[in-house]
Amino acid sequence: MRLDLGTWFAEVIDWLLANFGWFFDAVSWLVTLLVGQVSGVLIGLHPFLIIGLLATLAAVLTRSLGLTVYTMLAFLLIVSMGLWVESMSSLAVVLVSVVFSLAVGIPLGIWAALNSRVSAVVRPLLDLMQAMPVFVYLIPAVFFFGVGTVPGIAATIVFSIPPAVRLTELGIRNLDHELLEAAAAFGAKRGLTLKDVQLPLAFPSIMAGVNQVIMLALSMVVVAGMVGAGGLGGVVVQGVAQLDTARGFNGGLAVVILAVYLDRVTSGARSFGDVMRSRRIRKEQRAAEKMTAVAAGK
Amino acid sequence: MTAQQSESQTTVSREEAMAPEAPLIRVENLTKVFSTRKSRRGLGLLPNKQTREGFCAVDDVSFQVQQGQTFVIMGLSGSGKSTIIRMVNRLIDATDGSITVGGKDVGAMMPTELRSYRNRTINMVFQHFGLFPHISLVNNVAFGLKVRGIDRETREAKAAEALTLVGLGDRIHAMPDQLSGGMKQRVGLARALATDAEILLMDEPFSALDPLIRKDMQELLIKLQRDFKKTIIFVTHDLNEAMYLGDRIMVMKQGKIVQCGTALELLEAPADPYIEAFVAEVDRSRVITAGMIARRETPSGAPDHESNRGDTPVRVAADIFLHELLPILATGTEQLQVVDEHGLPVGKLTAGEVFSALSPSKGNSNAS
Repeated sequence: MRLDLGTWFAEVIDWLLANFGWFFDAVSWLVTLLVGQVSGVLIGLHPFLIIGLLATLAAVLTRSLGLTVYTMLAFLLIVSMGLWVESMSSLAVVLVSVVFSLAVGIPLGIWAALNSRVSAVVRPLLDLMQAMPVFVYLIPAVFFFGVGTVPGIAATIVFSIPPAVRLTELGIRNLDHELLEAAAAFGAKRGLTLKDVQLPLAFPSIMAGVNQVIMLALSMVVVAGMVGAGGLGGVVVQGVAQLDTARGFNGGLAVVILAVYLDRVTSGARSFGDVMRSRRIRKEQRAAEKMTAVAAGK
Repeated sequence: MTAQQSESQTTVSREEAMAPEAPLIRVENLTKVFSTRKSRRGLGLLPNKQTREGFCAVDDVSFQVQQGQTFVIMGLSGSGKSTIIRMVNRLIDATDGSITVGGKDVGAMMPTELRSYRNRTINMVFQHFGLFPHISLVNNVAFGLKVRGIDRETREAKAAEALTLVGLGDRIHAMPDQLSGGMKQRVGLARALATDAEILLMDEPFSALDPLIRKDMQELLIKLQRDFKKTIIFVTHDLNEAMYLGDRIMVMKQGKIVQCGTALELLEAPADPYIEAFVAEVDRSRVITAGMIARRETPSGAPDHESNRGDTPVRVAADIFLHELLPILATGTEQLQVVDEHGLPVGKLTAGEVFSALSPSKGNSNAS
C-alpha cells in the first residue's frame, strides 16, 4: 500500500486556498503595506543618515567602539558595492518577518512553558518546522500569496518562529523552583508571578531567542530571493543563474555584513538590560547614602 | 475585594473567639504519598490500587501548635519535615488528613481564599533564601505587600522598616547577589515579617549558613520572637538548633513521629535509641533555661527563710540559658531567684541544681 501524504497535504493547501482566500489576501495586503513603509523609510532617507543611525544604535546597545566602527565601514562598503537599495529592502523584509515571528513565538513559548500539554503539542510541530527543508515552504507560500516579497516573508516567518518559542519556554522553565515556591508562598497569582518573576529572569534566554530568530530570518532572505522577493536574495540568485561570480560574491558579502551587524547588536542588547538595571541601582544607592548622611547629620 | 474583606473580618472574630487553650494550628492524621510513577496515565493496564502505591513521605502525623509558640520539626533528610511544612501552606496538597489553621480547613480553601491565606496569615522562609535575584532587597521584601495590592510608597516604607529590624537598614537598595548567605537569610526573614502574617514557616532557614552566622541568626530570631510573638513552625535537622529555638519539638523519622515534647522532655526521657543518640550530642547549657528547671513555689510575698546563708538570692530571668548563669555562679552565688518577664518570681534554683542539670548522666535531680 502506498500512502501519498504529499497529495493529501496538497489537497489541504487547495482547500485552504479555496475557503480562506480572503484571509491570505488580507495578510498579503498587510505585509505588503508594512514592508513598503519600512523599506520606504530605509531607502528613502540618505544612506549616510541611515548608516549614522545604525552606528548610533550599535554604540548605545553594545557600548562597543569596535562594533560602531565596523558598522560605519561595512555599510559604507555596501554603498560602494552598489547594493545599498537591495540591502535595505532585505533589512526591511527581515525586520517585518522578525516582528511577526516574535509576536507569535514569544506568547506561544510562554504558553508552552506554563502548560505542559501545549508544550507536548508544540514541540513536534517546531521540530517539523525546523527540519523541513526551507525550499518546501516556498511552494505553498507561492500558492497562497503569489510571487514576490510576501511569500518570501511568509516562509521566513514559519522558518524563524521555532527558536523564539523554544528559548522562551526554556528560559521560563529553567527557573529555580524555590523562586516559584516563594512567589506562591506569598499568595502571588500566576499572572503576577509571570510578570514579576518568570519573564524578567527569562529575559536573557528570550533575547537569545530573538537573536536566533533574526539570524534565521536573514538566512532565509537569500532563499526567498528564488520566489522573487528581491533584495540581496535576488542579487545572489541572479549571480547563480548567470554564473556571475562577482555579483554573487558581492550579494553574499552584503548578507554577511548585515548578519554580523544584527547578531552583535542583538546579543549586545541582551546585556543592555543588565547595564540599565545596575545603573538604576547605583543611582538608588547614591540617593540612599545621601539620605542616611542627612539622617546622621541631624 | 469582598473576599478580602470577609477574610479580614474572620481574622478579627477568630482572635476574639479563640480560647487561650485552642491551638492556632491543628494537624490531624496528615499523610502524603508521592507517586513514584511519573505519569499516572501509564498504559491504563494497572488497577487503580497499584497506581496509588508510592513513596510515603509523611505517615499519619498529628500535632498542634499554640499561638505564639515556636514549634520545631526535627529530623534527618527524607524524614518528611519539609513536606509537612509545605502542606501547611498548601504548596503541596495532602493525600490524607486535615490541617486547620485558626478554625479554617486549609485543604478546603478555594484559590482566592488560599492566596489570601498565604499572603496574610502564613509566610515562609526558605532554605536557599528564595530571593528574587533581579530586584533589590527592598523590592524583595515588599513582594508580599505588592501581591496584596499596596501602593509603592507604603510598601517600600514598610519593607525598609522590616529590613532595619533585621539589621540591613543601610542596604535596602543592594541586590541579593551582593550579600553573604547570612545577610540573604536576613532578607528572607524581613520579607516574611513585612506582611505581618501571624504564622511563619521556616524550612531549614539556617542550614546553609556557616556555624558562626547560624548562631547569629538564631539569636536574631529569638530576639525578634520576643517582640513579635509569631507562631513559628521551624524545620531543622540540627537538634541543638531545635532545642535552642523550640518551645516544643517534634522528632520525625521516615515520615513518622518519633517523639514530641519540650526540649527538657526529650533530654530527660528520650523515647527511643534514635533520639538518645541525638540527645547525646546536645549542648545542654545552651538548651536548658533557668525557667525550665526552677523549683516552682507558691507566689507568696513572704520573705524567704529557707536561704541558708541569709543573703538575698540573685534574680535571673526565666528565659536565660544555663551557660549564661555560669559567670554568676562562679562568683560564689548559691541561690538564684528565677523571675518571669514581668519580674514576678517563678521559682528557685541552687548552684547544685544548675550543675546537675548540665551533667548528661543524671537521674532526675531537678525534680527534687
